[in-house]
Amino acid sequence: MVSARTLPKRRHNASVSTTLAPAEVEVERPSEDDALERDRPWVVIVWNDPINLMSYVTLVFRKLFGYGEVEATRLMLQVHNEGKAAVSSGTREKAEYDVSRLHAHGLWASMQQD
Amino acid sequence: MFQQRQIERARSGEIRLRLAPEERRLVQAVLAGVRTRLDEDPDDDALRRLFPPAYGDDADAEQEYRELVHGTLVEGKREALRLVERTLDRDHLTDDEASAWLGALNDARLVLGTLLDVTEETYAFELDMDVPRGRELAVFAYLTWLQEQLVDALARGGR
Repeated sequence: MVSARTLPKRRHNASVSTTLAPAEVEVERPSEDDALERDRPWVVIVWNDPINLMSYVTLVFRKLFGYGEVEATRLMLQVHNEGKAAVSSGTREKAEYDVSRLHAHGLWASMQQD
Repeated sequence: MFQQRQIERARSGEIRLRLAPEERRLVQAVLAGVRTRLDEDPDDDALRRLFPPAYGDDADAEQEYRELVHGTLVEGKREALRLVERTLDRDHLTDDEASAWLGALNDARLVLGTLLDVTEETYAFELDMDVPRGRELAVFAYLTWLQEQLVDALARGGR
């Protein structure tokens, strides 16, 4: 079971764009790779924890994402049995918004780029 | 221990609360404890489960997220606590009011559960006031029972 103290580390892709690159290299034009990097969707993950109730988590999924009872229950059970589940995805802004709503409801959520 | 439902959806569509005055005082005291911690030090380690990190290991992104969201999260929690305080002695709640109770109780369980280092095994134990922190564990179990009933009542749908 997941410890309530530490979030599993995600691998971080270091190729984030920076405007402070050395002047001798051509950095003004973002490469196709950078564009693809930015376009890859962000995924919102909910992690298992020993305090939130299964019924409560199901209710929160229904309320925040409009999932039906069956889908919300399936995702809740995935969190419970596998330790985590992806509950939404999209742009970075959308993912941050969803994470903040999950945090407002006390769920243990984080986001990562797939 | 807790057999009869104390919280359920009434025929009127509202959520009915059947709580003894002592239970309401207990809820009030527990939530006052959460509010005090929020007021005195939102970075209190006991509150860490209320504000989990959004980004695993990207410290810059995490700081940006926190600057953007933390104040709103704290204010939302304070607002729910105020609403429970205002409706503490009511026998019926609207769905919005019951949702605020649900959120405030969940926050209280997250804080208490963090302080008690609750694990999934904690729930399997018989309540025993004589064990270390037995009283706190009993309060945690009581809040869990209340929350479970609130979830059930809300999940049944309003009018």
